[in-house]
Amino acid sequence: MNASSERVRSMRRAALAVLATLALYELMARSGYFPAVLVPTLPKVAATLVAVLLDGSMLEHAWHTLYRVLTGIALAIAIGLPLGILMGRFRPVENFVLPLASALMPIPSLAWVPVFILWFGLGNTTTVLVVFYAAMFPMLLNAWSGVRAVNPLWLRAAGAMGANEQALFWKVIIPGASPFIITGIRQAFLRAWIAVVGAEMLAASDWGLGWVIFDAKEFLRADLMLASLAVIGGIGYLFERVVFGSLERATVLRWGMVRAAKS
Amino acid sequence: MHDLVPAEAALASVPSPRSGANTRWRIVARTAFPFLVVGALWETAARAGVFPQRLFPTLESIAAAFVRLTLNGILPHHALDTVIRLGAGFALAAIIGVVAGIAMGRSRRAEDILLPLVSIGAPIPGLAYAPLFLLWFGLGNVAAVLLVGFVSAFPIIFNTWTGVKAVKEIWVRSAQAMGADDRRLFRHVILPGALPYILTGLRLGLAQAWRILVAVEMLAAVPWGLGWMIFGAREFLNIDVMLAGVAVIGVIGLALEKLVFQRLENFTVVRWGMMTA
Repeated sequence: MNASSERVRSMRRAALAVLATLALYELMARSGYFPAVLVPTLPKVAATLVAVLLDGSMLEHAWHTLYRVLTGIALAIAIGLPLGILMGRFRPVENFVLPLASALMPIPSLAWVPVFILWFGLGNTTTVLVVFYAAMFPMLLNAWSGVRAVNPLWLRAAGAMGANEQALFWKVIIPGASPFIITGIRQAFLRAWIAVVGAEMLAASDWGLGWVIFDAKEFLRADLMLASLAVIGGIGYLFERVVFGSLERATVLRWGMVRAAKS
Repeated sequence: MHDLVPAEAALASVPSPRSGANTRWRIVARTAFPFLVVGALWETAARAGVFPQRLFPTLESIAAAFVRLTLNGILPHHALDTVIRLGAGFALAAIIGVVAGIAMGRSRRAEDILLPLVSIGAPIPGLAYAPLFLLWFGLGNVAAVLLVGFVSAFPIIFNTWTGVKAVKEIWVRSAQAMGADDRRLFRHVILPGALPYILTGLRLGLAQAWRILVAVEMLAAVPWGLGWMIFGAREFLNIDVMLAGVAVIGVIGLALEKLVFQRLENFTVVRWGMMTA
């Protein structure tokens, strides 16, 4: 009872903090001290958000962005995951790939945008490749450390019980490495989500959430920017909580590889 | 007596300096090998003329661009401005992040107030704020530094908060039982206890700052900076300059990670026995 009343107090304070921040912003917007185009009032932002959602343009932008992110991540998983597993299983592959990965990793994916623009032109190819570059390394490194972190005792036990190479791979190594692999996909998504927004600002043609925000700057549409920010944040949150949360529940939690955090 | 020991056994039991140098040499060769292969592939593709020479320069012309730009001082100037901007933004983030994180970890009230705000701000990718910051603070340095600071503060806040909360209750109580006042409790128990987390946060924050900064420089039209250099080179199809810039960016990123943080970690948490190297 004590704990629940504390939780209620926490939530009340949280709501209060958010409301106070919003009120402060609204006050700033209404004070007339800042130009109204740069600091639009909250009702105006909300109205813009509703308008772009209803006329479908925001959904179209979100769809383009999601398409780019998911294609890039799918590529990163398709290449990074097998490569990471091979690195974990075979020493020569590790010796070959690891130096290259360590040299390429510290280069921010967005630094490649101008190079890719020249090579592949403005548009989807460039954005997808930048997303791929951003998502590749977390995927690769996590798959690699996941395979190496599989308890050697399990491998020997399975071998002693007569598991062949294939059974060993599917029944021991993959489940054993799966917490790392899922962490890798999760980190890959976070990186990709940052990269796609930046890449769209620099290289997109006419659709995409990053492009909307950047384009809104030209027309001083701060209300549209804030509305798009809300959409970007919402989609990011949804992916992080809903998609990855349920992915974890369906795999590693069910297999008992990790315990759910208490809070 | 020693003469009786067979030569092979002596070699096997005592690693001679020559075999030590040999293994080091082998590690170097093993690390260099993939780069040689990739370099050779690149060079072949560039010389074969499959792609236009302008867009796919040979390694030689990239190196030439690098040397030219370094000698006439343009590249160091760009790099220096980028590093200064990174330092300013990161210092801002470190101060705000550590202070806010410690406050959140120590005081229930601060946690209740700040956590929802931080949780709302954090999932939005940092660059999405860029146009907003450009509108509010204008093109140039102020917007770039503030944005880098703002974005990299989030991981620092989260990790510091977690670290302070992860300090074992029993350490705090035993220190209090031994009569430590609040200041000494903080200085001698909470800060060392939370430091591994804080350093992780700072490290993540710096990596974040570095990733964002390069893109921000492209967007914010700052007069000098590596991001601007490679973005500007696009206009003139100077892809050799771009690739030289990308290489420098990679080297700086690697140096930040290896030199700055590993050294800092060895100097503090490893020495205090909070973590093994």
